[in-house]
Amino acid sequence: MATVSMTVNGKTVTGEIEGRTLLSHFLREGLGLTGTHIGCDTSQCGACVVHVDGKAVKSCTMLAAQADGCTVTTIEGLARGDQLHPVQAAFREHHGLQCGFCTPGMIMAAVDMIERHGGKLDEATIRHELEGNICRCTGYHNIVKAIKAAADEMSGSVATAAE
Amino acid sequence: MAETPTTPYATVRRALKHDSGEKHVSGTAVYVDDVPEPEGTLHMAPGWCRGAARGRIVALDLDAVRAAPGVVAVLTAEDIPGDNDCSPSIGGDPILADGEIMFWGQVVFAVVARSRAEARRAARLARIKVEEDAPTISVDAALVEDATVLPDYQFRNGQPEAALDTSNRRLSGVMRIGGQEHFYLEGQISMAVPGEDGDMFVHCSTQHPSEVQHIVAKALDVIEAGVTIEVRRMGGAFGGKESQANQWAALAALGARVTGKACKLRLDRDDDMIMTGKRHDFRIDYSVGFETDGAIKAVDMAFAARCGCSADLSLGVVDRTMFHADSSYYYPDALITSRRMRTHTVSNTAFRGFGGPQGMLAAERLIDAIAITLGLDPLDVRKRNFYAQGADITPYGMRVEEFATQHAIVTELEQTCDYRARREEIRAFNAANHILKKGLALTPVKFGIAFTLPHLNQAGALVHLYQDGSVHLNHGGTEMGQGLNIKVAQVVAEEFAIALDKVKITATHTGKVPNTGPTAASSGSDLNAMAARRAAETIKERLVGFASDKYGVPIDKIVFRDGHVLIGNEPILLGQLAKAAISSRVQLSATGYYATPKITWNRQTATGRPFLYFAFGAACSEVIIDTMTGEMRVTRVDVLHDVGKSLNPAIDIGQIEGGFVQGMGWLTTEELVWDDRGRLTTHAPSTYKIPTASDVPEDFRVSLYNSLGNPEPTIYRSKAVGEPPVMLANSVFCAIVDAVASLRPGVIPPLDAPATPEAILAAVDAVKAARVP
Repeated sequence: MATVSMTVNGKTVTGEIEGRTLLSHFLREGLGLTGTHIGCDTSQCGACVVHVDGKAVKSCTMLAAQADGCTVTTIEGLARGDQLHPVQAAFREHHGLQCGFCTPGMIMAAVDMIERHGGKLDEATIRHELEGNICRCTGYHNIVKAIKAAADEMSGSVATAAE
Repeated sequence: MAETPTTPYATVRRALKHDSGEKHVSGTAVYVDDVPEPEGTLHMAPGWCRGAARGRIVALDLDAVRAAPGVVAVLTAEDIPGDNDCSPSIGGDPILADGEIMFWGQVVFAVVARSRAEARRAARLARIKVEEDAPTISVDAALVEDATVLPDYQFRNGQPEAALDTSNRRLSGVMRIGGQEHFYLEGQISMAVPGEDGDMFVHCSTQHPSEVQHIVAKALDVIEAGVTIEVRRMGGAFGGKESQANQWAALAALGARVTGKACKLRLDRDDDMIMTGKRHDFRIDYSVGFETDGAIKAVDMAFAARCGCSADLSLGVVDRTMFHADSSYYYPDALITSRRMRTHTVSNTAFRGFGGPQGMLAAERLIDAIAITLGLDPLDVRKRNFYAQGADITPYGMRVEEFATQHAIVTELEQTCDYRARREEIRAFNAANHILKKGLALTPVKFGIAFTLPHLNQAGALVHLYQDGSVHLNHGGTEMGQGLNIKVAQVVAEEFAIALDKVKITATHTGKVPNTGPTAASSGSDLNAMAARRAAETIKERLVGFASDKYGVPIDKIVFRDGHVLIGNEPILLGQLAKAAISSRVQLSATGYYATPKITWNRQTATGRPFLYFAFGAACSEVIIDTMTGEMRVTRVDVLHDVGKSLNPAIDIGQIEGGFVQGMGWLTTEELVWDDRGRLTTHAPSTYKIPTASDVPEDFRVSLYNSLGNPEPTIYRSKAVGEPPVMLANSVFCAIVDAVASLRPGVIPPLDAPATPEAILAAVDAVKAARVP
């Protein structure tokens, strides 16, 4: 057993874990943050994407011990109180979800994507960047639309703030 | 009032968001694996023989499994107190193998342990000695052995043999169509919680709670009334949780029975792909007789399906293949036969379209073959053969009453997608390019709506009105992402004329609405919304009767509007009226029931009407292939689809887009491969290619057909939308055939599905090597 400590959604958490515990399992079973989903168990489907120190990571591809001392954000930590993050709001607004199982991972991947590309995010880039996230329901069309809309909105608000 | 000039309705026929949308984007929607586990919950893993696909178990040594850390119990067939069978039909699906291995992945035992990881590690320690027999893997091998799971079946009309002989032209060929893995993002999962008196409560990810209840009760040898199944939502299903959830629920319940603790079984993804059934793959041998204008005179289509090791749902699946072997085309004389082949592979099952897509794709092959042979545009041959006045009887005797809708959709799409001009552009492109070739195809969809097993066409609902005017809604359908719950809630909100947020959607629960059919066959909202409306109507009738008596106002002067009940000219809040009614001892809870009318199909005599109506659509796809590598891109897709008067256009367009892409995956990248020992070699997304965002064309134009409404009196004149869009993707396959065919006019590309790069390259090579006929 090992002790890990990290900041998850703004709170410091500590846990006693087996060394082999995956970050996804620690978040779900240790912390009860069940919004991070496990789809394929093998780091391919992207349902378990979270942010570790600001970068999108498939949390089933990382040991919890590797996240010791890191800052982790899960889907539950994205909204500001009652106010959805613009990417969350866009997925809802543009019907970018059906069964919802891939949605948290999609959103976490999208937030990271938008932060890296800013307002220059075009549709082809979104589609390319989303290759690590599988959705079996929507055909991706509305997901791409939602990410584009959120990227435009976020870059617009960034520009406004800078003016 | 919420009335608008375009609709007299406040809530139905509006593009409202999915009811769980906010929870999905916040990570707060609860799936089975997220339900808080009771203290002491144990976890289970299936154990199986990795060495054999067929044989007899001669020794089963589980000592090491029992001794492994964390193991609480190890269950075998002997531990099942009741029936060791989880079949949805005629049996033959043991929950735990009883001496015989029938396919690679058959579960032999189950481990119950303190943690999932411990259960999985322990399950690997079993020593299973199997006396192996050579497995039968392919349809062809099963045909040689004459091994079937169910009797053969056929539709015959007219004199097909004679008509084939007298037709002006005749073509024969063989086509193979592959299967498909569901890959619901949420894998199979159940959590069983034991109660008093031996009762069992199972949280299960299933499309068919009533059947899970039945299977669990049978396995535990308890009464069905002691078993309750609850489904709040599934993380996708696509038919893969119609019968395939049974086994895992039964095992979880067995674990809970034996240990007295809550037991959860979540399949690992690889196990899920190995152990659960898939879409049926087919071999089709066809002959078609036709005239020089492309008109079909007669067909002989022989379908042989790989059903796997048991019947499961193969009776209905392959029947539906036959029901759709006409696609949208009139066959004056037809022989459509089917064989359900037994192989030593996992038992194939329901998958969105339920056999229909395979039948339709075979029909499109006939059309393409005729068009290529005659040098005609395939679209002209399609239109030449559409159902029409005087040519409107299907091979199974049902009249296609709404053929004009099909004509209108294809005519409109042909114009809006600019088919003829693009056909010329593509001809010019192909003439100018030696390596890259483009293809174009516009194909129709006609999909029969109703379960072809007539007794499944029924549904129930339970509605309570409370004294604050809020409504508890429950129905027998299950939510798998398709938006069933929002549609049913819209209908109930419309009935009571209340805001949608006053309607509480609740989890599907066998104790609230019993004896339901599966949520399948695209019929979820057709059935359940109708049942819920009837429940709401019953409560309304009681309220109206009460108000009429109390206020002395005739019942026709009492209307529900905008959260109020107008009694004469006096508006009263619905909640206030409810409260008054309760005080006067009026029951404000009601069940509703609906059975689809007009269904008269008799399978034995192959007569009667199997479907209430047809859903129509059409798609035009353009592709480009690289004839040196077999690589393929879909560059543009136009869809026009008929949902009658949509209950919720946003939900319906989502179903169309998602169904198309799922169908496109089936026909292009998703290839299931078994090795010669019967081992599935494609059991993870690393080896089985699901479409990703970059596989989907950016230019993807989806429209709803401007329908006057379903001619049948369905719920608000809507049409079912779940499955039909899958078959829009036939246009992608036909466009690839078109691109390959451009290499040698007159030569039919021997392309099978899925059209992977390898398959395309092989077809290209074959066409290049062929002699021009």
